[in-house]
Amino acid sequence: MSLRGLGTEEIFERAVAGERRALGRVLTFIERAGEDADIITELSHPMGGQAHVVGITGAPGAGKSTLTGQLTRLLPDLGLRPAVLAVDPSSPLTGGAILGDRIRMDDMAGDDVFIRSVATRGHAGGLALSIPGGVRAFDAVGYDPVIIETVGVGQVEVDVVGAADTTVVVVNPGWGDAVQANKAGLMEVADIFVINKADRPGAADSRRDLDLMLDLSHVTGQERSSGYRPPIIMTTATEGTGADELWDAIHAHRGHLASTGELDSRREARHHYEITHRLEQLVSAGIVTALAEDDGAMLVADVAAKRISPSQAARTLAKRLLR
Amino acid sequence: MSEQTSDSNANIRIVLAKLGLDGHDRGIKIVARILRDAGMEVIYLGLRQTTDSIVAAAEEEDADAIGLSMHNAGHLTLAPAMIEALRVADLDIPLIIGGIVPDMDVETLIGAGVTAVLGPGAPAEEVVEAVTKAVADAS
Repeated sequence: MSLRGLGTEEIFERAVAGERRALGRVLTFIERAGEDADIITELSHPMGGQAHVVGITGAPGAGKSTLTGQLTRLLPDLGLRPAVLAVDPSSPLTGGAILGDRIRMDDMAGDDVFIRSVATRGHAGGLALSIPGGVRAFDAVGYDPVIIETVGVGQVEVDVVGAADTTVVVVNPGWGDAVQANKAGLMEVADIFVINKADRPGAADSRRDLDLMLDLSHVTGQERSSGYRPPIIMTTATEGTGADELWDAIHAHRGHLASTGELDSRREARHHYEITHRLEQLVSAGIVTALAEDDGAMLVADVAAKRISPSQAARTLAKRLLR
Repeated sequence: MSEQTSDSNANIRIVLAKLGLDGHDRGIKIVARILRDAGMEVIYLGLRQTTDSIVAAAEEEDADAIGLSMHNAGHLTLAPAMIEALRVADLDIPLIIGGIVPDMDVETLIGAGVTAVLGPGAPAEEVVEAVTKAVADAS
């Protein structure tokens, strides 16, 4: 449907009524992060809270998109309407991006599945800044679950934990040994492990290494949540093998979160995280403005002339900002 | 690519696909890279798409334009079919065709509602310019 001449509120109403293109535009508003995005946030925030938010992360080429595609193929038959936010990197040089996750999810049908490709637009950490807003919009219009597929990550890009209820970490046979498995970072944050491409040699070794690592988490008391041991699911995503087992594990984890009250605490952490981010953005904008003003320029000149130090200048500006 | 070019293309989102049975995807991959390096966000659908899957992607991705690559001599059937699918969906976004289209057919495609036709060997600047102009004219 054409959206010409419609205001932001009307477009949001149409998205809620199930109009696919209107939801597409709502997500664009969120990505552009301006006045329209604020309106969408006000409208969608009171509506959501139902959707199970699932993060899928792992190294580039691990099979995140193909697995996500398998899940979205499976879920409509279970009466669910999944939405996907598939994140790929923006070029640090030109800002351009090739968003190629859809090609792994191609034979999905109909209105029960909604996929949106998202470019990082300069944000590090494996996600884009628009992700919490995108999740909120999908949740508000009734998609459940909402699957966040991160960019291909390394060892420390774990933003997804702050955005999802359940975090799935995808590795492949031969990805690393027992020492890698015990390193801090990505391996600590998994609620579920997937060994994808499990038809390849070394799958059993990888499983053993992960199992030993999980045993140690138990020994050291570093388990992320009490009484819960992250399961290890073997999949061959290109053939669809293991996708149903993965969904069962995701569903079971949700049950665990709900029964232990951890769902609420994770969501509280999520709000904390998002507020922090938004506050940082506001403060950053304030810093740019303060430095551009005459007083700021004078402080810079003072630092250049060695009359004051950079930290003195910063403290002076901070006092003004916080007033 | 100069920063200026990138800035003016910032936030342009284009869906690239091949429609129907047509496995020649070297050209479309090059075009994807050209547009990426011009600062655009390219939603790459790849091979064997249908008019329905392209409409769905354009809606969900809120694309500013659609680029289809054609190398199977089916352009006189496929391009009008895509135009019709966009019309039915009431999707008012420009369609650009690239690939092997004989000169004599270009006017027919433009007459059918295609915004631009890019032939083999079109330089990168021409590809970027065609998309930038199509998007600017449509908005």
